Amino acid sequence: MKDMKRITNALALAVFWIAGLTTVVVLGAVILYVFVNGIGHLNLAFIFTKPHGVNAEGGIWPMIVSTMYVTGLAMVIVTPIAVLAAVYLAEYAVQGRLVRIIRFAADTLAGVPSIVMGLFGLALFVEGMGFGFSVLSGALALSFLMLPIVMRTTEEAIRAVPKFIRWGSYGLGATKWQTVSRIVLPAAMPRIITGLILATGRAVGETAVVIFTMGTMINTPLLPTDPGRSMTVHLYQMAMEGINLPAAFGTALLLMVMILFFNLSARWLLRRNRRMQG
Amino acid sequence: MADEPRTNDMPSVRGEANNLKLVSRATYFKEATLKNLFLLCAFMAVAGVALIFVFVGYRGWPIFSEVGAGNFLFGMEWLPTKGLFGILPLFVGSIVVTLGALLLGTPVAVGAAVFLSEIAPPKIRSVVRPAVELLAGVPSVVYGFFGLLILRPIVADLTGGLGFGPLTAWIILAIMIIPTIATLTEDALQSIPDGVREASYAMGATTWQTISRVLLPAAKIGIVDAIILGMGRAIGETMAVLMVVGNAPGFFRGMGEPLSTLTSQIVMDMPYASGMHRTALFGMAIILFLVSMGLVLTVRLLSRLREETS
Amino acid sequence: MSHTLAEHQPGFVPTADACVKIAVRGLDFFYGDFQALTDITCDIRDNSVTAFIGPSGCGKSTFLRCFNRMNDLIIGTKVEGLITLDGQDIYAPGVDPVDLRRRIGMIFQQPNPFPMSIYDNVAYGPRLHGMKKKADLDEVVETSLKRANLWKEVKDILGRGGLTLSGGQQQRLCIARVLAVQPDVLLMDEPCSAIDPTSVQKIEDLMAELKSTVTIIIVTHNMQQAARVSDETAFFLQEVMGEPAMLVEFGRTADIFTSPKDKRTEDYITGRFG
Repeated sequence: MKDMKRITNALALAVFWIAGLTTVVVLGAVILYVFVNGIGHLNLAFIFTKPHGVNAEGGIWPMIVSTMYVTGLAMVIVTPIAVLAAVYLAEYAVQGRLVRIIRFAADTLAGVPSIVMGLFGLALFVEGMGFGFSVLSGALALSFLMLPIVMRTTEEAIRAVPKFIRWGSYGLGATKWQTVSRIVLPAAMPRIITGLILATGRAVGETAVVIFTMGTMINTPLLPTDPGRSMTVHLYQMAMEGINLPAAFGTALLLMVMILFFNLSARWLLRRNRRMQG
Repeated sequence: MADEPRTNDMPSVRGEANNLKLVSRATYFKEATLKNLFLLCAFMAVAGVALIFVFVGYRGWPIFSEVGAGNFLFGMEWLPTKGLFGILPLFVGSIVVTLGALLLGTPVAVGAAVFLSEIAPPKIRSVVRPAVELLAGVPSVVYGFFGLLILRPIVADLTGGLGFGPLTAWIILAIMIIPTIATLTEDALQSIPDGVREASYAMGATTWQTISRVLLPAAKIGIVDAIILGMGRAIGETMAVLMVVGNAPGFFRGMGEPLSTLTSQIVMDMPYASGMHRTALFGMAIILFLVSMGLVLTVRLLSRLREETS
Repeated sequence: MSHTLAEHQPGFVPTADACVKIAVRGLDFFYGDFQALTDITCDIRDNSVTAFIGPSGCGKSTFLRCFNRMNDLIIGTKVEGLITLDGQDIYAPGVDPVDLRRRIGMIFQQPNPFPMSIYDNVAYGPRLHGMKKKADLDEVVETSLKRANLWKEVKDILGRGGLTLSGGQQQRLCIARVLAVQPDVLLMDEPCSAIDPTSVQKIEDLMAELKSTVTIIIVTHNMQQAARVSDETAFFLQEVMGEPAMLVEFGRTADIFTSPKDKRTEDYITGRFG
């Protein structure tokens, strides 16, 4: 009886260990696979030259530019809106129907499948507003994808600022906006930036949205109204056509490196901030 | 005392300089304007949902009005060239792919969450937790690529054929929803007070008994939330599924037989679709939007339920 | 000069007594439906230290927060009755609570320096109210830190983060920060309960120095502290759980601690001292 209990326990714990370690193994497998196959192809020429020929041999510079451009622009668009929206929810809003509606909308937006966001961008920005397949259309569609993510992380960051620090400011005769802009936002800044970095990582890895808003044309965009092809779209096309797998691996590796960079820098920032606050 | 009028004209002791200031009009308007500006920003979320609904709905509506909701939603055949726009096989495909992924992924995800929250030594935890987070960050097209080149041949050996089909999609999607479910389940477990654990251990329960009889039941609603959100992720996932599922718009025939889903069919057809075919794709996007909204609504209702019961 | 409840009678109108800085008449306070304070009447004398004592949860801090309308920040609170500052109703329609808080400074239980440099902490208030010139700010920072007895310790490290100071230093930094906006009244909400004993001494000395220019009201759990630092003492009590708290006795500190008029005050004080 007692032995049974002990054996069951040991078996169950073993299962949990396996479940936990599976995640590491899977992640390791994906990273290793992409790394081993892509590293041979990843060099300066691959990064900084344009592709040529029917099989897109050569480099992926236009795709790197397109990806950074569309993501950067989306971030510029979404950051002020999302941060101020979070300020409203965390500092100004009184619980009630209005706030419930906003939160439900944000949750819904966060749950919208990216393909739906892509078609929405196609209908509204590309065709409706006449921006065509362009970096601008892509950035606008991506900003709707990023909005709820940045809103949530920013709101959490603002709420994590201790109440008594706010009191100190109010107690000195500061107005609400003075308190928010001079005390609360600066104090919450590291965590807000962490959220922004994570949302950016998400946008960099996004495919279904940009394929229908920025297009698939290999082009180094200069103006926001120029079309482009993101790295993810490039990887998708290379992989599905199966014509230039080395370039696909190189692109995948570069994508993974960027994502890893975003995630690790976000973690680093968060840890540094935690240490500084003791 | 309550009847006594509030007056501001009692004699001041120190003269005018010390009079209380009234709220200045400029300050008042500045603060009010800012507040309304922030509200407007917050309302962008609502505007986003409304815009999606209006624009995707506007494009997709004719499929309901001209082809008919019945023919569209319950039509058995997706043959746009012949004017047949039945999405039932695609819808079933989405559900098959999603349920399989949930069946495969949920046990691992919940197990990993329990491992992280209750079992893992801190050192191991500091490796596994970032791994779970990174797993969420890997772009879906990379998962698709990985599935296409690594999993597909393995599955092909198992089932015969080319390996395009539900089984490959299940495995890839299961990996993709693990972080969603694991993170939320871990949150639910972490929110259980330590006293509950101690009480169980103090009564001589083993770790497994504590987990299975106390902690998992206590975290039940949180885990259900996690699974629903994982389901939302799976049903809406596009690129990874598209790259491994085979994209044959028919009903489920076997684990190794090509299949198609709502999301993958949209991407496959969109580049060349026109007329009613294109409208039908927007119609499918409406359905996906409504399903994802329904899942979010379910989670909210559940959390309200939880608030009421506790 | 002693104020007792006897002075509070229907129709009583506070006189513009030169000694009275803050007058409270028939104050009721509500958190939503819950009434936290009932019918409080007292006068706070100018340039003195007044201590609020009483068991936990008796509403002392809530009452204190009525003076600078900090409670306005909590949704669902309501004040009835009258509080005057220099004879003017601070809850009168249109009165700016933000400006009021500049004139009535507050020190909190938890030292709460802003996450910025010592200099910027002290300069925060003056900057809020429009001071821009570096020379002016330098001067305010120096005088305020000197008044808070902190200047000697920090004059060479003004650029360092306020959070790097010790708990007691942080609290004095907060006092300097408040003094920089030149308030008439200083509200202190258990300012010494979260800091080390040696720092407590410094803050008590500081209060004695400051009271010549500032009216101080301090909430404290520490009877000895109330006896040491205050000129007048108010004893609050919530007799029944769920019922509002009230002001039981208010008078000169020496009288309250040696010959309280009310049995409940005596019980509390002897209980706490004995």
